[in-house]
Amino acid sequence: MISTQTAPCASTEKVNLKEVIEINNLRKGFGSEDVLINVSLNLYSGENLVVLGKSGSGKSVLIKCIVRLLEPDDGTINVLGENVSALDHRSLGELRKKIGFLFQSGALYDSMTVKQNLEFPLRRIKKNLNQKEINEKVKEVLENVGLSDALNKMPSQLSGGMRKRISLARTLVVDPMIMLYDEPTTGLDPVTSNEISLLINEVKRKYKTSSIIITHDIECARTSADRIIMLLDGEVYQEGELEKFEKSDDPSIKSFFK
Amino acid sequence: MKKFNPVLKVKNIATGQSIRLIEKTIAKTAEAGNFLTNIADVFLFMTRVTKEAFSRNFEFKEFLRQCFQVGYKSLPLISVTGVIMGLVLTIQARPALLSFGAVSMLPGMVAVSLIREMGPVITALICAGKIGSGMGAELGSMKVSEQIDAMEVSSTNPIKFLIVTRVLAATLMIPLLVLYADALGILGCWAGANIKGEVTFVLFFSQAFSSIEFIDFIPALVKTFFFGAVIGFVGCYKGYTAGRGTESVGIAANSAVVLSSLLVIIVDLIAVQITDML
Repeated sequence: MISTQTAPCASTEKVNLKEVIEINNLRKGFGSEDVLINVSLNLYSGENLVVLGKSGSGKSVLIKCIVRLLEPDDGTINVLGENVSALDHRSLGELRKKIGFLFQSGALYDSMTVKQNLEFPLRRIKKNLNQKEINEKVKEVLENVGLSDALNKMPSQLSGGMRKRISLARTLVVDPMIMLYDEPTTGLDPVTSNEISLLINEVKRKYKTSSIIITHDIECARTSADRIIMLLDGEVYQEGELEKFEKSDDPSIKSFFK
Repeated sequence: MKKFNPVLKVKNIATGQSIRLIEKTIAKTAEAGNFLTNIADVFLFMTRVTKEAFSRNFEFKEFLRQCFQVGYKSLPLISVTGVIMGLVLTIQARPALLSFGAVSMLPGMVAVSLIREMGPVITALICAGKIGSGMGAELGSMKVSEQIDAMEVSSTNPIKFLIVTRVLAATLMIPLLVLYADALGILGCWAGANIKGEVTFVLFFSQAFSSIEFIDFIPALVKTFFFGAVIGFVGCYKGYTAGRGTESVGIAANSAVVLSSLLVIIVDLIAVQITDML
């Protein structure tokens, strides 16, 4: 199992400055309402970038645009050097294989057991694996999230925290290069939230991932952030390291970091 | 004090009426636009499903699972419906035939009506209720809980995995369910005939099958494939295009049943017209 007892200070690790995600002037609206307005940001290799913001500030829309679950209205998104909007269906599928997406609700397939949930992406993305290798991989990721005994359970038998862990295991099973976490601690108690935040750091360390963590949970940001971007009303309001936010006198930032 | 001006009053009323007329026109135009957009969406969805159905890497395991869900799990309901259908037809028709002294025609009459019309339509309507609503609700809740998005980001084509398998399963299983319901309906008819009178199993079936011709059987069977396709497609479309709220799951299930039932009746009407021309 990945230890959740390690030091939470992720920012002490040295960050390689190679860009894995580059977003320029992204704009996305629904009807007449603009949700994202000229958002530009970069995610560097090996970095945990926390995107903070109030509910409805466009955080989830941002990462859904990155994997093209939503089509941007304007602007460019480059992931691992490829312009996401310009990719055809097949190339987009290939790119998505390198990205893990942890959904807010977990999004486990209700009709499948935990084992089947983990095997589902594995069989489709890593087609050359035989059953023995698949079993070993499933066992390994379940151990890493600390839920080896949940193998044959149905999602309905799992608690909120367990669902998040299994969902994380499902994304990790295919060894993604980039992780996108959509509100990973929402709806969890403080202890479980902290465990998930520490797990995010351990995933970065063990799987060498670069991550965007969407959250409004300040403790999660404190634990996992190398760098923070704050969205306000669909625009990038402030960017920097945790310390800069902690010391800010800006009322909008202070309301988060009080 | 402001002086009452009748000309101004009439002008105001006329202006108010014009504004209301313009507003109504705009609303109706928007409604018509939405209707046309919906039709276009349905055709685009159909095109995508058809294209994916003929593409490589067919999800055979999921298709078999759906056949089990649609076919095997519907057997108890179809069994009860089939038997009751035959029984009720017999109980209702027997007195009328008795008054003409034509009770011996009962097996043939019930068999023909079951195979040509009652069996396919009633089974399809039952399936629209059970399978159509099930597909609408299941896919709708998968949409709400982001399971379809999760499938998409893990490089799985949800149209191929979820929709094509379900539509094909419904298209192939519903004709088999109809044949099963027909067989049980004829058995129910034999049971009904024995409640009031007495007829042997062999005599009953020889009378029933001597009345059935090839032309009774084939068009009825062909139309059930269309019933299955309609039920599967509508259920999947309504579920897949459901909104994001939990309320939309109920709406998807409900509209899947209503629309697929209506379309079954319309397809039946078209099939009857075509059969009549043969």
